Amino acid sequence: MPKKPLSFFDEMQLHTANANEANVRDIYAAYHHWLKDVPHHQLDSKRQEAELLFRRVGITFNVYGETDGAERLIPFDVIPRLLSAKEWSHLSAGAIQRVKALNMFLHDIYHEQEIIKAGIIPSSILANVQYRPEMFGVDVPNQIYAHIAGIDLVRTSESQFYVLEDNLRTPSGVSYMLEDRKMMMRLFPELFRRYSIAPVDHYPQVLLKNLRAVAQPGIVEPTVVVLSPGAYNSAYFEHAFIAQQMGVELVEGQDLFVRNNAVFMRTTQGPQRVDVIYRRIDDDYLDPLAFNADSMLGVPGLLSVYRNGGVTLANAVGTGVADDKATYIHVPAMIKFYLGEQPILENVPTYELSKEDDLEYVLAHLSELVVKEVQGSGGYGMLVGPAASKKEIEEFRLRIVSSPASYIAQPTLALSTCPTLVEQGIAPRHVDLRPFVLSGKSVSLVPGALCRVALKEGSLVVNSSQGGGTKDTWVLESDDQHEALASVIKAEAEKAQDKPSKSTTVESVC
Amino acid sequence: MLSRTADHLYWMARYIERAENMARVLDVTYNMSLVPNAAVSESALWLPALEISGNVEAYEEKYGAYTAAGVIHYLAMDMDNPSSIYNALRNARENARAVRVAMTSETWENINALWLEFRQFIGQDLAKNGLREFCDWVKGRSHLFRGVCFGTMLRDDAFSFVRLGTFIERADNTARLLDVKYHILLPSQEEVGGAVDYYEWSAVLRSVSAFQAYQKIFSDTIEPWRVAELLVLRRDMPRSLHACFDEITPILEQLSGIRQTECKRLAGELHSKLRYGKMQQIFQKGLHEFLTDFIELNNRLGAEVHKTFLSITTA
Repeated sequence: MPKKPLSFFDEMQLHTANANEANVRDIYAAYHHWLKDVPHHQLDSKRQEAELLFRRVGITFNVYGETDGAERLIPFDVIPRLLSAKEWSHLSAGAIQRVKALNMFLHDIYHEQEIIKAGIIPSSILANVQYRPEMFGVDVPNQIYAHIAGIDLVRTSESQFYVLEDNLRTPSGVSYMLEDRKMMMRLFPELFRRYSIAPVDHYPQVLLKNLRAVAQPGIVEPTVVVLSPGAYNSAYFEHAFIAQQMGVELVEGQDLFVRNNAVFMRTTQGPQRVDVIYRRIDDDYLDPLAFNADSMLGVPGLLSVYRNGGVTLANAVGTGVADDKATYIHVPAMIKFYLGEQPILENVPTYELSKEDDLEYVLAHLSELVVKEVQGSGGYGMLVGPAASKKEIEEFRLRIVSSPASYIAQPTLALSTCPTLVEQGIAPRHVDLRPFVLSGKSVSLVPGALCRVALKEGSLVVNSSQGGGTKDTWVLESDDQHEALASVIKAEAEKAQDKPSKSTTVESVC
Repeated sequence: MLSRTADHLYWMARYIERAENMARVLDVTYNMSLVPNAAVSESALWLPALEISGNVEAYEEKYGAYTAAGVIHYLAMDMDNPSSIYNALRNARENARAVRVAMTSETWENINALWLEFRQFIGQDLAKNGLREFCDWVKGRSHLFRGVCFGTMLRDDAFSFVRLGTFIERADNTARLLDVKYHILLPSQEEVGGAVDYYEWSAVLRSVSAFQAYQKIFSDTIEPWRVAELLVLRRDMPRSLHACFDEITPILEQLSGIRQTECKRLAGELHSKLRYGKMQQIFQKGLHEFLTDFIELNNRLGAEVHKTFLSITTA
């Protein structure tokens, strides 16, 4: 076995190998100082308490075919991920910039298509299956298409963040951001006194304000609803949670109907007009008359009302064309084209195999790269070079050569790790970060994010379907406090190391 | 509010109430089985419990003889019995889950915790031991459910539909209980006032938490006709038919508003029968006939509530 590489950046310590206070990143100094005195069994009992509470609140998944009422829980880790005020202002500015450009792109691609005319994006994008010709020429309020955007970020070093992908269709996970925070405040109030952590609970209010702002012009008190596929959907908890927090109705397709170019919901007092639908149903299932005819989830006739301006959908129909892998490559160029700015956040370097140079390089380095099918999804048609056998690589090589334009390739990223409570104790596990950008009235985000963690040792896959869990993300309000605390703690640690009896520990660090 | 939401809330409350009443029937029947009485066979003792739940045929098909073990399992835990406590609580929780937004988080968490706790009883042989604890638990959770609704929910339509479901179901259950017991008891009049009779009737009273009330009101021996009066006409008896309609009628009036709805009229009709009726007249016509009539009209009321509020089609 080759030696495990120690080259992963760890969010807490500069070197994961040793727990020495001098090595702890400033932002974690106070947390680490607290953590080292907490026995593991105590942390574990906090974890169990959290699990119990999550079950009680019903933050669970339904598992099909289970008759004993067992439902799954997404694992929650009690050790938070911390971000400094400086890091956050960089990330949030970058995410806002990106979403602004993506919304402008969506408007453009469904109207004048200037970006194609300017030769920045090839016209082949119009043949993408995610491009919805039905949306061409349709005006949406405030020209906002992606009202809720989840931007997936990963980190590879102290200063290097990458955007892994944009989620502009029906991004989920925000309820975990909110519930994880509530849980952490309940389990560890003493830590919240120690750090000034920016609050996130106002997310639903910001969302509601934005949704109201995108009602069709002239509507004074717009009625907003959340449209869910129903209680058997895996994200049902989130749909219910968001509707409840905003104080709006949670509806299913069967609750809505279309009449006289308007959408109504069936209430105990008769039909009531609906103005804005925050839908958590994919485009394909929205309207059986327009898309998937077998869909029982949607509302017949919804699309025609939508196109005529009788109702607002958030997110808009057809946003998928902007978060497709083939489009991702062009986002930095979009930012320059629409905003005239330099991108604040970088894309993961991506090789377009339709380009000869890229193709040549990729074919020579398949064992180091991740190759993805452009229009593939869910890991189908994907090669993870470092984890693949020689045979798999050779098979994939043939597929690439026969149709290079269908593939892109990226380096295998060394995702940062964050200390995580696992069975053996506290160990580094890979993490990512998904902040949610809201657009409508303005473009903004609450200071927080969903942090997903790959609980399996060495795994880089953070998806909940693959054994991923979540962590609370703490964005600090200012950096003065923790920097001052860190210097005090470090000075003490160094003083302790000066004592002759402790000298051995100093050596072991090196 | 959404019709579907109202529907889920209404049924959630009905199912909780149904589970509670089933537990009450099981509890008193079990108590009766502890009283030495050679004249009453095991099957004669347990059959009425099935009759109250209205599922005698389905039981026979699956279990055959009316044994304590069979009836207890069928009414408490059988997944094939749509009225078993298992299914009632499961349905209550599924209905709640579908509209968790429409209730307070405390109400939802309470009903979710109920289901999580219930799972400890699955697989237990309740006929052997633990039936009393089980029934107490079900009753307790039902009390808690009503309490958390009452104590935390906004007094809006959602609350009204929860209450409506509770009382329509309760009226149905009290009427069935009384009907079955009366039916069984009346033919054996030769021993009126005997010890067994006393136990039978006190059991009926206890099953609707009315034993102490009876003593307090009448401070006299337990007479079947007085029991009937208590459970039908007394408005101060919280599980009586009259008390149920004291709740139902104003709720339907408020929900209907200025609309002339059939459910409002029907509730008024039933209500006035209970309000102005006299026990003597009811007995002259026959209590059984009165109760059969009542159960049917109460069912029709449920159907009207559905038609008016819960299943509005595109119109």
